[in-house]
Amino acid sequence: MVLLEARGVSKRFGGLTALNGVDFTLEEGHIASIIGPNGAGKTTFFNVFTGIYVPEEGAVLFRGTAVLGRRPDQITELGICRTFQNIRLFSRMTAIENVLVGMHSRVPLSFWDVISRNARWREHERRQWERGAELLGVAGLRDKANELARNLPYGEQRRLELARALAADPSLLLLDEPTAGMTQGEARSLMALLRRLVEERKLTLLLIEHNMRVVMEVSDRVTVLDYGEKIAEGQPTEVQRNPRVIEAYLGRRQWTPGAGPAGSVRA
Amino acid sequence: MIKQLLDRPGPATALVVVLLLLTTWGVTHSPRSIVLFMMFQGSILLLYFARMPTRLKAALTILTLGVLMPILGTINAYYMEIAIQVGIFVALALGLNIVVGLAGLLDLGYVAFFAVGAYSWAIFGSPQANLIFGGEHFPLGPWWFFVFLFVGVAVAAGAGILLGLPVLRLHGDYLALVTLGFGEVIRVLANNLDKPINFTNGPKGITPINRPPIFFAPLLRALGIDPDPNVIYPLYLYALVLLIVGATVLANRRLEDSHIGRAWEAIREDQTAAQAMGVPLVRMKLLAFACGASFAGTVGVLFSAKQIFINPESFTFMESIGVLAMIILGGMGSIPGAILGASVVTILNLQILKGLSLWLNELRNAGTVIFGYDLTNLPTQLEPAKYERMIFGLILVLMMIFRPQGILPAKRRHRELEEER
Repeated sequence: MVLLEARGVSKRFGGLTALNGVDFTLEEGHIASIIGPNGAGKTTFFNVFTGIYVPEEGAVLFRGTAVLGRRPDQITELGICRTFQNIRLFSRMTAIENVLVGMHSRVPLSFWDVISRNARWREHERRQWERGAELLGVAGLRDKANELARNLPYGEQRRLELARALAADPSLLLLDEPTAGMTQGEARSLMALLRRLVEERKLTLLLIEHNMRVVMEVSDRVTVLDYGEKIAEGQPTEVQRNPRVIEAYLGRRQWTPGAGPAGSVRA
Repeated sequence: MIKQLLDRPGPATALVVVLLLLTTWGVTHSPRSIVLFMMFQGSILLLYFARMPTRLKAALTILTLGVLMPILGTINAYYMEIAIQVGIFVALALGLNIVVGLAGLLDLGYVAFFAVGAYSWAIFGSPQANLIFGGEHFPLGPWWFFVFLFVGVAVAAGAGILLGLPVLRLHGDYLALVTLGFGEVIRVLANNLDKPINFTNGPKGITPINRPPIFFAPLLRALGIDPDPNVIYPLYLYALVLLIVGATVLANRRLEDSHIGRAWEAIREDQTAAQAMGVPLVRMKLLAFACGASFAGTVGVLFSAKQIFINPESFTFMESIGVLAMIILGGMGSIPGAILGASVVTILNLQILKGLSLWLNELRNAGTVIFGYDLTNLPTQLEPAKYERMIFGLILVLMMIFRPQGILPAKRRHRELEEER
């Protein structure tokens, strides 16, 4: 079943066309990746899905519901949540508080419940903290619950962002360069975690990723963007061999006979 | 050394109790000694810092604020006045703390909401409303004061939303400028809405404003106490202020420690990320404005009843800045910080600097000579009361250099997660 669909999405910033009529579909339960050189429009694409940018043209459907025209918080409520390329945690709040903020759209409490601290409030607050602790456990941060987010080391901040996004109970998780700055080993363990989440929580994942080893290993489908246009799409192995992709990554080179193949795409 | 002492419950309790009783006894013997009264205030601060069982601390706080302070206030009416003013500013600071400290929306026109609350009771609790509606139905009876405590909440919250709606798209500096403008607009309106219909009586202000009813007068008589308004009213207003401050602290704490407070802090930290995590920015910001404003509105009602007379002079830009300075000094986003900041600034302005002026005056009149300099020659410009703003500013600058996080910065709550299970 198609979970997310984009049709002819175009986004321009003044004279710059960041996305040019991009079509895209994502099957439920898949792990898909968007790759492409810097400035190809990958993050812009994410920002369109999450309501931060409104494209000039095109449509985005999530489970058949129109996404465009909704605010980011409403889209989160629909079930799409994300992490950011440059980590954007609430730095002066503790790790668990960060996760609790992620639950905001799932908290059914009214202002009056909060002010009166009635049984309903106590029950939901207790549940929130329990779930927060559980999610921190999933991200391997159980013992860091009371640390300020800004005091966590880089890798843990990335995982905290993941836990925070999971707290919104999304069915689609968008991860913008989740392994950036990680060692190969850290990246691998994160991917193992993500795979487990996809299986256990019926999650669908869309990644922007530069680490090609990761992309090739985990993705069911890979989409390649270059200068705001989709230049290739398909199984990782297909995409890897696509000459346009190789060109986009390595640049157009004068072909010299006998120089060997242009090589495979590397990280 | 003091810190070590305060960390040990037994000696700390003993020290605080002895100090409180000693200073109270001291004030009863020399009612005009500001130093003794300051030591009393200092003991309250020690009580806050001392480590002791929560119940004991609560009991001592109630005893101090509910019994000792009224005793001191009856001995010297000025002390009661200071206590009431401190209470009013504490409530204001707590309200602004929600907007600026938690949600991170810099509001430079906060006093406008205080004015809205004050004018709502001033107009209907005095004959002023007759000029608007005609007839002789006003002032509303003293009992209406209690209704207006809630009307103040509603009207100020409405004004908060009214201000919030157009400015929500603005950030930081721009927001600050617009709120500054809003504050001035309210003041100018109060100043000029005496024509064509006389709403506010302009710069001349509104008087006499009804005070709350002494509904317990029969009870006092039965107890053999003469319900003399001059004695009763300060105590009565003090009790009302305490109630309002108590309610404000409670509401603040409950909001702070809930999904609403966490959403506000998330907005302060990174509003794009907050919205991406499902926090509805517009609704939460409006809620912050409305909550902060409502505290100001209700103390505004109390303020106008206490003053009997109000005019636009009480609601200038400097007042907004003053309240802002209180929470910056105390520690942004921290409830104890807002309380302490408001107390310190109010006491500094009303008591310490004025006290210094009085003392210098006495020295001058006595013709004291210091280091060969005859104080009689001291120019009148050098009265501390005349440059209290300068001293105040100096303190702020020094604070920002040496302790920018404030006196009692916000502490993160540490939760024992295992216990929650």
